[in-house]
Amino acid sequence: MEVRIAHLYPTLMNIYADRGNIITLVQQCRWRGIDVRVDEFGLDEVPDWRAYDFFYLGGGQDREQQLVCRDLALKGAGLEEAIEEGAVLLSVCGGYQLLGDYYRTAAGETMDGIGLFKAHTVAGDRRCIGNVIVESEIGGRRLTLVGFENHSGKTYLDEGQQPLGRVVSGFGNNAEDGSEGVVYRNAIGTYMHGPLLPKNADLTDFVLEESLRHHHGPSVELPRLEHSFEDAAHQAAIRITRG
Amino acid sequence: MIAKVTLAKAVAAATGRVGHGGTTLPGRVARTFDRDLVGRLSRRLAHGAVVVSATNGKTTTCAMIAGIMQGADMRVVRNREGANLTAGIASALLKDSSLKGHPRSEIGLFEVDEAVFPEVAAQSQPRIVLLMNLFRDQLDRYGELEHIAELWRKAVGELSDRTMTVLNADDPLVAELAALRPGKTLSYGVEDKSAGGMVMQHASDSKYCSCGSPFDYEVVFIGHMGIYSCPSCKRSRPSPAVYAEKIRLDGMRGSSFTLVTPDDSIEISLALPGLYNIYNALGAAACCYSLDIPLKKIQAGLEAFSAAFGRVERFSIQGKPVCLLLVKNPAGFNEVVRTLMIEPGQKSLLLALNDKIADGRDISWIWDVDLEMLAGSVVSAVCSGTRAEEMAMRLKYAGLGEESLSARPDLRKALQEALDRTPEGETLFVLPTYTAMLALRQLIHEHFKTDRELGDLVWK
Repeated sequence: MEVRIAHLYPTLMNIYADRGNIITLVQQCRWRGIDVRVDEFGLDEVPDWRAYDFFYLGGGQDREQQLVCRDLALKGAGLEEAIEEGAVLLSVCGGYQLLGDYYRTAAGETMDGIGLFKAHTVAGDRRCIGNVIVESEIGGRRLTLVGFENHSGKTYLDEGQQPLGRVVSGFGNNAEDGSEGVVYRNAIGTYMHGPLLPKNADLTDFVLEESLRHHHGPSVELPRLEHSFEDAAHQAAIRITRG
Repeated sequence: MIAKVTLAKAVAAATGRVGHGGTTLPGRVARTFDRDLVGRLSRRLAHGAVVVSATNGKTTTCAMIAGIMQGADMRVVRNREGANLTAGIASALLKDSSLKGHPRSEIGLFEVDEAVFPEVAAQSQPRIVLLMNLFRDQLDRYGELEHIAELWRKAVGELSDRTMTVLNADDPLVAELAALRPGKTLSYGVEDKSAGGMVMQHASDSKYCSCGSPFDYEVVFIGHMGIYSCPSCKRSRPSPAVYAEKIRLDGMRGSSFTLVTPDDSIEISLALPGLYNIYNALGAAACCYSLDIPLKKIQAGLEAFSAAFGRVERFSIQGKPVCLLLVKNPAGFNEVVRTLMIEPGQKSLLLALNDKIADGRDISWIWDVDLEMLAGSVVSAVCSGTRAEEMAMRLKYAGLGEESLSARPDLRKALQEALDRTPEGETLFVLPTYTAMLALRQLIHEHFKTDRELGDLVWK
């Protein structure tokens, strides 16, 4: 079995240790005996969208994010089609924002996103920073997710859009409505870094299993993996967040 | 003014014995009744003030500069480490002044936080500004790197004509500041290409030229520091006036290089490990060269230097050699790991990761460190601190075997376990974040027998 990962803009969008998510996917595949391939795509480089099971888009600083925003406009249609066909996507912070409808800056300018997520972001006047705990339901399972957020943009989901979860502790999408992130088919947007995947083993199982199924069909089951180190880090994060 | 200094000094006397954090209190109080205290006091220094800022190395570099100055018989007033905000500088100046507000020292040496540099530079009208590097530090404290770079551009543009700016040519974000200071800069850098690599480390930060194109690197020394050029706007790394060549790194034991200035050159042997300390020594040397301190005195000061508080310290506990190395951000941590890997043999480690405000609440940065370099070279890695479990997990994903790893949040138990797991005759390398380093010193002082008096190792 094989999982094929496309890492979008790895040198531009990597501000919150995003490569930790990629390291986690790669190592967990190796430990499970699954072949794994990671290809990186920068500006002006377009993947063969059907050749990948998992797409990753991390967070960036303002200057980098503007470069990516322009480039992403050319990639949007291909990425959307891949998601419609069941590919998995994880986007974090700036990457999440760019996949929504638009981002309105403090100066009132609008940066268009690709509209994969029915959501928009407006610049806020203070940064939302700190540890986060979220209760989530994904793939029919209830999960507790832990991470760290650091964003000034406030994201609002359109009516009927499914958040990744409800904030138990922290700010979430906009510090107002208690929602955190978004899920559309197998595409996830979130403000949680930390990075997210290493210490949320259940979520990692979900995205890896869906990636395998995208490649090898819906009856495939993900080989189980012992995850006591991951669970210990998860529990420590909960302890720290609750104080 | 006299009354204000007197009152402020009374506050200093009353609060000076507080211990932890007490160093900034007098300055904070005094500044509430004289907002321009730093400016007024530092303008009275006969030889002016030197202001040093960077993400990495400012404490070590300032300690080197102070050593050189003292060797050149200059009376120096400095802010203490951990007091590198404006209030800490005000406190140091107050403590140094007579009741009439006259400084006893001739020259000021101020280490300042990156975000505070503009405020201090504007107030103290320094004779020399030394800017060394900008790396991603703790984003939850300071906002994004580009924001700090913009603050620096503005601050440097507003410096007085009399200020000399000493800049690291190898860091593009710092080197570009020279354009704002025609004729009033001195640049320094590394000219030995064999000391670098061709591959950009993951923790690198500033890979893009201000015109938006990625830099081409001929050599990468540390992170994004190296010999670079922009293929589109043709901007390239300036040739440094003060530089290091013929670099030799000798593991944890130290390093040596030839220091070249526009006038002369001299051999330097440093008791500090790693290329990062050569950068610190270069910054100190370039700064002291601008102060017209003779090269011989610069050499003597650098060679006599052991280490700034907690940066590299060697002692032994229970008969086992211990080497303590502070780690506080990806670039610095990478250099420590790279230096460790020059040492032969299998390593015994204690890694202590705290997530207090001074460490950065956000610990994601450990995933940007190339800990993969350690795989296959570690006997045991005991992880401790408030986020011990995250560190242990990080090392598991870096490819260290689970049997070599343990997570013990309690520092005392962790230190004992790490000592127990260190084979006879081997060194235990202790890598703490900032607050974990402070706690470890206290702990060692109180509970562990060491081969030498640790009084000077305890935070005062």
